[in-house]
Amino acid sequence: MRAPRPAAPLTPAVRSGPAPTATPTQRAEETAIATDPKSDRRNGIAGWAPVLLSATLFAWFCTFLPAVAEGEVLLWQLDWVPSLSVSLSFLVDGLSLTFLLLISGIGTLVMLYSDSYLRGDPQYARFALYLTSFMLSMLGLVAADNLIALFVFWELTTITSYLLIGFHNDEADSRRSALQALLVTGTGALAMMAGMILMGVAAGTFEISEIVAQGDVLREHPWYLAIMILILAGAFTKSAQVPFHFWLPNAMAAPTPVSAFLHSATMVKGGVYLLARLHPALSGTEVWLWTLTIAGAATAVFASLQAMRQTDMKQVLAYTTLMALGTLTLFLASGSAYAITAFVVFLVTHSFYKASLFLMAGCVDHGTGTRDLRVLGGLARAMPLTALAAAIAALSMAGLPPFIGFIAKELGYGGSIEAASSPLLVTGAALIANALMFTVAAVVALNPFWRRGGETPSKPHEADWQMLAGPLILAALGLAAGIFPHVLEHYAAAPIAQSLLGDAEKAKELHLWAGVNTPFLLSLATFALGLVLYFARGALRRALESTVGRLPDLDARWDDVIDGLKGFAAWQTRLLQTGKLRRYLVVIFATYAGVMAVTLAMKAAVVVELDFSDLILKQWMVVGLIVTGAAIVTVTRSRLAAIAALGTVGIGVALTFIVYSAPDVAITQLLIETLNVVLVSVALLRMPLLDPAGTHDHRPKDAVLALAVGGVVATLLLCVLAVPMDMRLTQFFEEASYPDAHGRNIVNVILVDFRAIDTFGEITVVVIAALSAYALLRTTGRRDRA
Amino acid sequence: METLLSLTIGLLIAAAVYLMLARNVLRFLFGMLLLSNAVNLLIFTAGRLTFGVPSFVPEGAKLPPEDAANALPQALVLTAIVIGFGLFAFALVLVFRAYTSLGTLESAKMRVAEPEEEKA
Repeated sequence: MRAPRPAAPLTPAVRSGPAPTATPTQRAEETAIATDPKSDRRNGIAGWAPVLLSATLFAWFCTFLPAVAEGEVLLWQLDWVPSLSVSLSFLVDGLSLTFLLLISGIGTLVMLYSDSYLRGDPQYARFALYLTSFMLSMLGLVAADNLIALFVFWELTTITSYLLIGFHNDEADSRRSALQALLVTGTGALAMMAGMILMGVAAGTFEISEIVAQGDVLREHPWYLAIMILILAGAFTKSAQVPFHFWLPNAMAAPTPVSAFLHSATMVKGGVYLLARLHPALSGTEVWLWTLTIAGAATAVFASLQAMRQTDMKQVLAYTTLMALGTLTLFLASGSAYAITAFVVFLVTHSFYKASLFLMAGCVDHGTGTRDLRVLGGLARAMPLTALAAAIAALSMAGLPPFIGFIAKELGYGGSIEAASSPLLVTGAALIANALMFTVAAVVALNPFWRRGGETPSKPHEADWQMLAGPLILAALGLAAGIFPHVLEHYAAAPIAQSLLGDAEKAKELHLWAGVNTPFLLSLATFALGLVLYFARGALRRALESTVGRLPDLDARWDDVIDGLKGFAAWQTRLLQTGKLRRYLVVIFATYAGVMAVTLAMKAAVVVELDFSDLILKQWMVVGLIVTGAAIVTVTRSRLAAIAALGTVGIGVALTFIVYSAPDVAITQLLIETLNVVLVSVALLRMPLLDPAGTHDHRPKDAVLALAVGGVVATLLLCVLAVPMDMRLTQFFEEASYPDAHGRNIVNVILVDFRAIDTFGEITVVVIAALSAYALLRTTGRRDRA
Repeated sequence: METLLSLTIGLLIAAAVYLMLARNVLRFLFGMLLLSNAVNLLIFTAGRLTFGVPSFVPEGAKLPPEDAANALPQALVLTAIVIGFGLFAFALVLVFRAYTSLGTLESAKMRVAEPEEEKA
C-alpha cells in the first residue's frame, strides 16, 4: 500500500496565494495542541524526571569547566569489543564540553517546556522517553573518543530523531518525513562508517584522540580522498548541507520542542561537530578547503533565500537553521584562527537564539492556534513575555550590538576576508546570508508581535512559566554573552582553539567594539542591505518564487525514489522468490556445479588412470546393481518398478559396505532399506501414478544439469582420493578403543562412547520425525472428513 | 576400485538431481533417497576402501590389525543412514498429507501459502 502523496509539503502555502491554508505540518501540530492546555492531567513522573536528569547532567558538566578552561583533557575508558579495537572511551575537551553543556542545558529547558507543551497527551511518557534517549545519545556522540562508539551514538541519535519526527504517527506526513530523515541521514551514516573504518585502518587506531595527532600521516595517505568523501557524506547528510538539505524542513513535522532541540540546537550540529572533531586530522588540503567552502556557502545562501519564501514560522526557522549549518561548515573549511573562533562563537550564539525562537514559535502556536506569518500580528499585548524573548533572540540573530550575534558576525567577517579559498566568494556569501538573516529575524520574530495582523484561530493568550522559561533564559544568555564576551572566550573559544588548532592562544579576542575596521564596515553594509530587503520583501518574495522556487529539489523526487526502490525490491523478489520448488533447486544445483567446477579447474590437477584390470567380478556386480537400479528409478513410470529399483540401489550400497569391511554399516543399511521399501509401498498404494495418463516427464535440460553436478562430485572425490589420507583421528580411536572404552568393535565404540551425545541427538531426531509423522497421519483423515 | 566407485557415485548423484528436479514430488523423494545413498557412499569412499579387514580389536590384542579399515567414516555413515531414514520417512508422510489435502503431487501446483493471483 502506498501512502497518499502529500502535496509538496515545503511551500504549498506560498504557492496557493494569499488564502491561508494549513500545511500538513501545521495540521500535525494542531492535533497536538488540540488537547486542552488547561487540562488538569499532569504528566507525572514522565514530566519532571527528564528535567531533573538533564539539569543534574548539566550541573555535573559545569564542574568540568575550570579544568577544561585550563587546557586539560579528561579521559575515561572501558573496553567494549577489544578484539575489534572498539572501546567505550570518552574524552572531554573544549569542543566536547561546549557541546555537552549546550545539549544538557538546552535539554533541561526543552524538557521543562515539553511538559507543559504536551500536557495531558496520553503519549507523553513515550515522548519523554524518546527525548531523553536522544539527549543521552547525543551526549555520548559528542563525548565519544572511539570512532566506532561515536558511530553507534550517531545512529542512536538518528533513530531517536526518526521516532520523534514521527511522533504523530497517525499522520501520513509525519511518517513520510520521519522515514525521509532516517533514510537520508542513515545512508550518509553508512558511508561515514566506511570512511571511519578506512580512517581507523589508515591511522592504526580507532581512538579519535590518537587519530587527530597524526593528521600528517592521514593527509599523505593514498586513502585520504576516499576517507574524506565518505566522512563528509555522513556529516553533510546529518547537518543537512545542500543538496541533502531537504529532510530538515520536513522534519518540522515533529512537535516544536523536538524541532528546537534536535533539528536546530543539537542533532543537526552533529555533522558539524564531526567536521570540527576531525578537523586536525583531515583539514588543511585544497580539496577539504574547497568542498567545505562550496557546500557551506551554497547552503547558507540557498537556505537564507528559501527562508524568505516561507510563511510558516517553523519553516522559516528551519531554513535559517540550514543557513547556520552552512555558515558553520564554511568556517570549518579553513583552519585560520579567525574562522575557528567565529565557528565557536556562532555555534553557541545560534544555539541560544535559534532554540529560543523555536520555543517562542511553539508558544505562539500554542497561544493562537496558528503559525502562519500572514495571519499573526499584534501579539505583543497578549503575549508580552513571549514577545520579549522573541525580540531579544531576534536582535541576536540579526547580529545587532550588544548581542552575541553581533560579535559572531564580526568574527565571521574577520575570517571571511582572510579566507584561504576566495575571500570575495566567502565574504559575498556571508554578506548575503547575514543580510537575509537580518530581514528574516524581523519578519519572523518582530512582525507577529508588533505589526497589525489578522484573526487567529483562537484568542491569543500568554504561555505559562514552564514554556516561557526556555525562550527567556536562552534569549537572555545571548544578551549576557554579548555584554560579557570574555566568559565565552575563556570557557569555550580558547579551549576549542586548543582542541582544533593545538594552541589556546590562537583564539581571537572577543570584543563588542573593535574599532572601525573592515568587519565593522561589512556589518554596517549588512544592516543597510537587510533594511532594504525588509522593506522590499514583497518584491523579493515574488522574485524568489520565480527563481529559487523553480530550482529542482530532491524532496519533489523523493516519493519517486522510494517507489522505485520498492518496485525494485518487488521485482527482484518476484525474480528470486518464484515460489516454485523446481526453480530454487535449479539455482542451488547450478550454483553448486558452477562454483565447484571453477574451483576445481583453478586448484586441482587430477590425473585419473582408468585402469580397472585389478577388479574382480564381485566388484563389478555390486556397481552394476547400483547403476542399474538408479537408471530404472530415473526413467520408469511404474510405481512398483521404482520401489524395486530403489531397493536394488540400497542393496548394492549395502553390499559395497560388506565387501569393504563395514559390516555394521551394511547391517544398518539393509534394515533401513527394507523399512524404506515398506514405507514407500504403503504410501504409494494411496497415491496416483507418477505421471498423469498420456504424459511423460522428459527433461533434457535437467539431465544436463544433473550430469554436471554428478561429474563435479565425481571429480571432487577423485581429487580427494589423490591426496594422502590423514589418519590421526582414526589412530586415536583405534588406540583408545580397547584400553579406554573396553570395546573391540571400534565403529560401535565411536558411536556409543566417544560420540555418544551425537548418537543421542540422532535418536532424538528419529523420535521427533516419528512423532511428527504420527501427528500428520492422525489429523489427515479428520481434516478430510471435515 | 575407488575410481570406479567415484564414477558410480557421480552417476548416482546425477540420477538423484534429475529426479529432484521433477515436477512430481514423489520423484523428488526418490531423488532424495538416492542422494543420501550417494553421499553415504561418498563419505565412505573418501575414507579409503579396505578389502576384508573390519576394524575390530582381536581377542588378546590392544590394537586392531595394521591394515584394518578406517573406522571413523563408518561411524559417520552409520549415523547419516539413520538420520537420512528419519528425514525420508517424515518427508514421505508430508507428501502423503499434502496429497490428501491438496489433491496434487505437482510441487508447482501446491500454492496454498502463495497463490498465483498474488503474483501481480
